[in-house]
Amino acid sequence: MHVAIIGNGIAGITAARELRKRKPDWRITVISGESDHPYSRPALMYVFMGHLRYEHTKLYEDWFWPRNRIDLVRAWVTRIDVARKVVELDHGAPIAWDQLVIATGSQSNRFGWPGQDLAGVQGLYGLQDLELLEGNCRGAKRAVIVGGGLIGIELAEMLHSRGIAITFLVREASYWSNIMPAEESQLINQVIRREGLDLRLSTQLREIVDDGKGRACAVITDRGEKIECQLVGLTAGVSPSIGLLAGSGIETGRGVLVDPSFRTNVPGVHAAGDCAEIRMPGGKNRIEQLWYTGKMHGQVLARVLAGEDASYDRGIWFNSAKFLDLEYQTYGLVHMNVPGERNLYWQAGDGLHALRLVYTDEAVIGFNALGIRYRHKTCERWIQEKRSVEYVMQNLPEANFDPEFFRRHEREMVRAWKEQIA
Amino acid sequence: MSAGWVGTTAIGLIALGASCAFWFAARGRTPGIRHDGIMFRALTARGAIAWLLGILFTGFYVVLYFYEDLQGKGLPRVLDGGIRLLDPLSRALSGHDADKWFLYGTLYTLAVLVMGVRMLAKYRHNRYHQVRTCSVMFFQLGFAYLIPAFLKALAQPEFYFSYFWPLKPYYLFPSGIRDLISRPGGVGVFMIAWAAIATFVATPVLTFFYGKRWYCSWVCGCGGLAETLGDPFRQNSDKSLRAWRIERVTIHSVLVLIVITTVLLWLNAWKGILGGASQTFERLYGLYIGAIFSGVVGVGFYPIFGSRVWCRFGCPMAAILGFFQRFFSRFRITTNGGQCISCGNCSTYCEMGIDVRAYAQRGENIVRGSCVGCGVCAAVCPRGVLSLENGSTHADRYAGADRPVQAFLEAAGVRPRT
Repeated sequence: MHVAIIGNGIAGITAARELRKRKPDWRITVISGESDHPYSRPALMYVFMGHLRYEHTKLYEDWFWPRNRIDLVRAWVTRIDVARKVVELDHGAPIAWDQLVIATGSQSNRFGWPGQDLAGVQGLYGLQDLELLEGNCRGAKRAVIVGGGLIGIELAEMLHSRGIAITFLVREASYWSNIMPAEESQLINQVIRREGLDLRLSTQLREIVDDGKGRACAVITDRGEKIECQLVGLTAGVSPSIGLLAGSGIETGRGVLVDPSFRTNVPGVHAAGDCAEIRMPGGKNRIEQLWYTGKMHGQVLARVLAGEDASYDRGIWFNSAKFLDLEYQTYGLVHMNVPGERNLYWQAGDGLHALRLVYTDEAVIGFNALGIRYRHKTCERWIQEKRSVEYVMQNLPEANFDPEFFRRHEREMVRAWKEQIA
Repeated sequence: MSAGWVGTTAIGLIALGASCAFWFAARGRTPGIRHDGIMFRALTARGAIAWLLGILFTGFYVVLYFYEDLQGKGLPRVLDGGIRLLDPLSRALSGHDADKWFLYGTLYTLAVLVMGVRMLAKYRHNRYHQVRTCSVMFFQLGFAYLIPAFLKALAQPEFYFSYFWPLKPYYLFPSGIRDLISRPGGVGVFMIAWAAIATFVATPVLTFFYGKRWYCSWVCGCGGLAETLGDPFRQNSDKSLRAWRIERVTIHSVLVLIVITTVLLWLNAWKGILGGASQTFERLYGLYIGAIFSGVVGVGFYPIFGSRVWCRFGCPMAAILGFFQRFFSRFRITTNGGQCISCGNCSTYCEMGIDVRAYAQRGENIVRGSCVGCGVCAAVCPRGVLSLENGSTHADRYAGADRPVQAFLEAAGVRPRT
């Protein structure tokens, strides 16, 4: 049995590793045009900022792959032939497979803005984007970043670390306010501004101006303002990278359409990670573009490939990020307008620590932590066990995951919350 | 103030100026992890400046340890000027003129203090680092610099209360004990008792509750220098599996050597059967391990191989503490669920060369004998995944944690694995 995996991102590589644990004698090939070895995509920013070298971001040492007999092939796949069961590459012989995994990830969104293909305009997704950025930021004094999400703020931090002034265009009235409740979103706005970044809320990109030589020299916003800049970062989200599948017979929608076991319409062909669009009963298909979901997809997919009866259930939601110096962790349902939900929110006087509890009459359903680390397992267990808000407040210090000697805020939080409830 | 104080004052002012520079430079930035450009700079990324500094450090140690030999070959007395500058300070503290060890101790202490201030400024958002940095500064200044000098002034043995066997093997050598016991008054006996209790009681008990960090990154002078002067170079330690294999052989070899040396010396003191052979062993250990390994290589190579070369590859104290930490301790680094993004900051900034990420990305806790508990992995983690904890149970430590003796014997190959 030969399993070929297109894409060495976290979904594809997790599937390969987990499959190897289950099937010691199967042949496993992972094909990537991006890099020789699997690396951590979220760490790209640290390579650019000089915290790490590219080598440090490799998931394992190079000997790991031959020892586990996972063949890594460096090539771009040009065509998938499901009838002959081969993939064709941009160089080298085609690869025949018995089972195929499509884990091609995402690409940066470009919404048809005038000038979006000029030199000096780019997204941030992979290693090639990083190389491009090295060139584009040379001599740049100001960069305009379009899109108030996680990649946008990372790109802002990256360029800021090189002394480039940042103008940050955010469509929403507050940063990441489609995900974050108002208070947290406000707090992040403040952190961004305190760091000296020019945050423009409720502002959209209208066009990117050509300097006459095919290079971006300014942007014009929907308010008619012209902002001079030498670099434009387009970070308004990502969408599945599925151009490769055109004409292959594999069904696609916004992404590669799969069932909850990551099977496509073609037997033996699977898709997982950012590029997969999971069909859900009720018709609201899911595309999940997080590192963590990619990893979980890969784990389930490996079991499916090995012939087990497995399907994906993402369990209790969690995510984490870092906004400049502000760490963020979330568990369960926050800002989801669950019927009957109530919120308790506490924020420290310095505006650098905050915690939110979301609960209903029955139980606590969500946590949002900013500038405080909270224990994944404890929060998950409380949500799973449907613990009451009183129970959670009583046991809150148990969930704190901050380092030793850090100031513990729980007593203050609970006092404030009890007053709010009363 | 006599003219002699001018030199001492000048050195003090330079140190103060450097401390202020670090402090105010950091104050101008928002608190947080500021590792920007570390991989681009010649000083921190093994560039030309790092090599020059490495050669300078190494050269200093060679001169320090092999001073007399150099003079014999007609080379100039390079350290004498510096030593004479410190005469007034040395006389004030210990009542004696400065010697090269006083010069060394002064520079060492100043390095810990000045670079300690740098750490305090760098980590002003992190109380764990503030507390432990204050601790190493305190122990270096008090226990490893002032108290030994005061003891000398009182005509007592120059005893270091922060070093124990086997890092300072002399304290449990027959010659060391004889020397201490021969002093008038009860001070010598107190010191012997201190040394024995530190080695046989404090070491296992404190390591059980807190891990080896109570010593390696809170008390020890070698650790203190690594955590302060060595901090800019911590990312240069080798994280490869190959390095780990070498480390396991060398550190345990040094431990075996010092145990043999100690046993031989005691056998000799007891029966006198070995004649001069055991002293030769002692002298060779002092030269190759004490001077060359822990000094010349250990500190001299900071800018190239990272700050903990000696602690990781050589220190026999670390080896013993490591056994306790691995098999008889509540300490471990816990991993926060499935939140690791495999970025590699933890592994890169681990001065002991532990591949922290390898555990974190599998959601496993880190129980490694070599971890000195500096806490930098937890500080640099951008997702809040790591935390140093002294657990009250064995449940989340490692397979066999509920029967540590058995697990230890299995790991040592004495008993077959079950």
